[in-house]
Amino acid sequence: MGLALMFLIWLITLVSTYFFVAKTWWLPAGASAAAAWIDGQFALTYVLMGIIFLAAQLSLGYIVWRYREQKSSPPVAYSHGNTTLEVLWTGLTFVVFVGLNLMGSRVWASQRFAPAEAGAVQVEVTGMQFAWYFRYPGPDGVYGKTSPKLMDPSSGGAGAVGLNMSDPAAKDDVVTGTMYLPVNREVDLSLRAVDVIHSFFVPPLRFKQDAVPGLNIHMHFKPTVIGEYEIACAELCGLGHYKMHGMVHVVSQEDFDKWLAAREAEK
Amino acid sequence: MATPVTVPAHAAPQGFIRKYIFSLDHKVIGLQYFFLALTAVFIGMFLSLLMRIHMIWPTAVLPVIGEIKPETYLALMTMHGTIMVFFVLTTAPQGGFGNYILPIQIGAPDMAFPVLNMLSFWTTFLAYMVMLAAFFVVGGAPLHGWTGYPPLSAVQSAGPGEGLGADLWITSIAIFCLASLMGALNFITTTLDLRAKGMTMMRLPLTVWSWFITAILGLLAFGVLLSAGILLLLDRNLGTSFYLPQIVVNGQLMLHKGGSPLLWQHLFWFFGHPEVYIAILPGMGVTSQILSTFSRKPIFGYKAMVYAMVSIGFFGFMVWGHHMFMSGMSPYSAFAFSILTMCIGVPSAIKTFNWLGTMWKGHIRFHTPMLYAIGFVSLFVSGGLSGPFLAQPVLDIQLHDTAFVPAHFHLIMGVAAIFGIFAATYYWFPKMFGRMMNETLGQIHFFVTLAGTYAIFMPMHYLGMAGQTRRYSQFTEVAYLQKLIPLNTFITYAAIITIAAQFIFVINLFWSMFKGPKASDNPWEATTLEWTTATPPPHDNFGGVTPVVHNGPYEYGVPGATRDYVMQTDAAVGGGH
Repeated sequence: MGLALMFLIWLITLVSTYFFVAKTWWLPAGASAAAAWIDGQFALTYVLMGIIFLAAQLSLGYIVWRYREQKSSPPVAYSHGNTTLEVLWTGLTFVVFVGLNLMGSRVWASQRFAPAEAGAVQVEVTGMQFAWYFRYPGPDGVYGKTSPKLMDPSSGGAGAVGLNMSDPAAKDDVVTGTMYLPVNREVDLSLRAVDVIHSFFVPPLRFKQDAVPGLNIHMHFKPTVIGEYEIACAELCGLGHYKMHGMVHVVSQEDFDKWLAAREAEK
Repeated sequence: MATPVTVPAHAAPQGFIRKYIFSLDHKVIGLQYFFLALTAVFIGMFLSLLMRIHMIWPTAVLPVIGEIKPETYLALMTMHGTIMVFFVLTTAPQGGFGNYILPIQIGAPDMAFPVLNMLSFWTTFLAYMVMLAAFFVVGGAPLHGWTGYPPLSAVQSAGPGEGLGADLWITSIAIFCLASLMGALNFITTTLDLRAKGMTMMRLPLTVWSWFITAILGLLAFGVLLSAGILLLLDRNLGTSFYLPQIVVNGQLMLHKGGSPLLWQHLFWFFGHPEVYIAILPGMGVTSQILSTFSRKPIFGYKAMVYAMVSIGFFGFMVWGHHMFMSGMSPYSAFAFSILTMCIGVPSAIKTFNWLGTMWKGHIRFHTPMLYAIGFVSLFVSGGLSGPFLAQPVLDIQLHDTAFVPAHFHLIMGVAAIFGIFAATYYWFPKMFGRMMNETLGQIHFFVTLAGTYAIFMPMHYLGMAGQTRRYSQFTEVAYLQKLIPLNTFITYAAIITIAAQFIFVINLFWSMFKGPKASDNPWEATTLEWTTATPPPHDNFGGVTPVVHNGPYEYGVPGATRDYVMQTDAAVGGGH
């Protein structure tokens, strides 16, 4: 029985570890400035936890087999513990866990405590059951006023986000159902939600933030690779949660300007 | 030690109703909780089976049930989580085994407040019935998930099931909170006041410590959830705006203003995180007890184990914000929540080291309870080590609300806690029913369940890393999720096999209850007080005798002793630990 148990625990451990090491399934390739930092912290955490996982599971398997009761077993080691050992592994765990955490905090701080760089492109993201809308403030660089009283999801576009067209700043606002971003330029994002909580998640950009009704949450990030990335809503928002899907097109600055100008011209 | 309080001796019950239905006997009440949880775990498991089937075959037409729609999937998911967390993981370890075993292990004739004990069971039962009723009302069960975030949970028009079903859901949880508060008071008072002579706090079995700390957590946590739930009911039905700002749902402007959806998240997780420990601490206690018993060795670092549980409980109240890193909460507070969360890893690691230390150089006997306790340690390690990923806000940018999170909490608070319940069942079954369970069936059940559990939940880590979002009823609408369907299909098959294996347990349980070989008073050669009394114990637990305690709870392999275990009531040995 001890042997069977050791075999099973070791098997589980080694198979699980194999798929982590082989990276059969892994984080999607990063496409933003923060991705390398985040992935680095992920890798560090993963190596440390992997070592502890292997050490703990393999020794668990070994101990249950090695110390199974046999006729030839020597008397058990009668002991109530060992204070030196307790202090040692408490201290060690504390240093590893808290140290790891402090290292990760730098990335978090650089992303969240500082405002967006000057000259960042402004985009407002609005989530509603079950669609995303994106608003660009237009040449004046100022978002027009919106009001919940004017929101009409069935009208789509400007009507869906409740844009108040009597506000002069609203005249040149562009509202779209697809997000376009220029590459290598910081994005100053405003996140809002109309009805319930949604979460704007773009895995390759290593970006996730809830959009909360009543809050206007400011975030910033910088896409670094041209491409098309999927947005998947990451906060349960109702029966259509699974299909609350959108696209981010990261394009060159030139293409971005062209696209935005075309949207302005359409209005 | 506190002055012992004499319990008003309640007369031995007479008729069937007073003996088995409205019983004041903690042993009967413990069994009532146990069987309630047993029905709940099978309902919860069945719901998860339907979920797994729908994820892979979204258009499949099932016999009787028909086709599962996306909103039905979310209702199944909500009810699965809620039933499992409240009516299984909170009910079985504490209400079930705690109720049955704690008074006996401290040498008391019953709980401190037997009537309150009966009341807390029947209140739990009422909550359970109200919860199940949500399935059968117009619109069905709510779809807002077990965390019930408003505005989704606060607005009737936000989705199917958010009408009467959601009201019943909240009402049930509120009733459950009341029941848990009553239970918690009883456990705390009993542990403090009814310990037998010589049963000092530092001689309490670690199971008693775990139930005691769990009760304190329950007392502090459930009151907050109760208040939060009442506010949610007011928002839903009386037009208040605690959680609701001005919103437009389905094109309709709501008449709410000024509330904050984040308030609910703070209140909910102030309960929700300690709840994780409410589910897992009793499992830690029972694992410690069993590892020591079946390794024939004293527990390694008894005091460290007690301090570790106390600090897990203490820190457990200061980490709720780690569920909210992506919520829009201040990024500065994420720092504090994150570091405090990492601190919880320390006592958890201490416990693991001490469990390994307990088995080290022991004489391990592989009875089924021991298999489950070893499985608990393995799952606790695996589930625990994904914690330091999720505790870092910067990694949550990728991992929050992906399958990595269900992988983490299912391993540690779901299945590890369930393994604790299985271990406890196989361990105390002889005492509770006077018969032994079948070892061969127990072993088959264990090996399939352990392998199956890992086959289900380990791949979910990979899915989460790849960005598979949680709470998706199907993966057909997002291109990168479609690529993950084969791995999801594997998980579904693993779940079907693992769920099927649970019937081995049920068969073993009921067959052994009536046909198992008769158990002796102390079949495991264990040391704690429940093994000093008759099997099953008489109505007042010790047949008119009050036990006197001379030893610590885990005196195995004492050099010079006549046998390899010294019971707590035996003459003092080993410096009277």
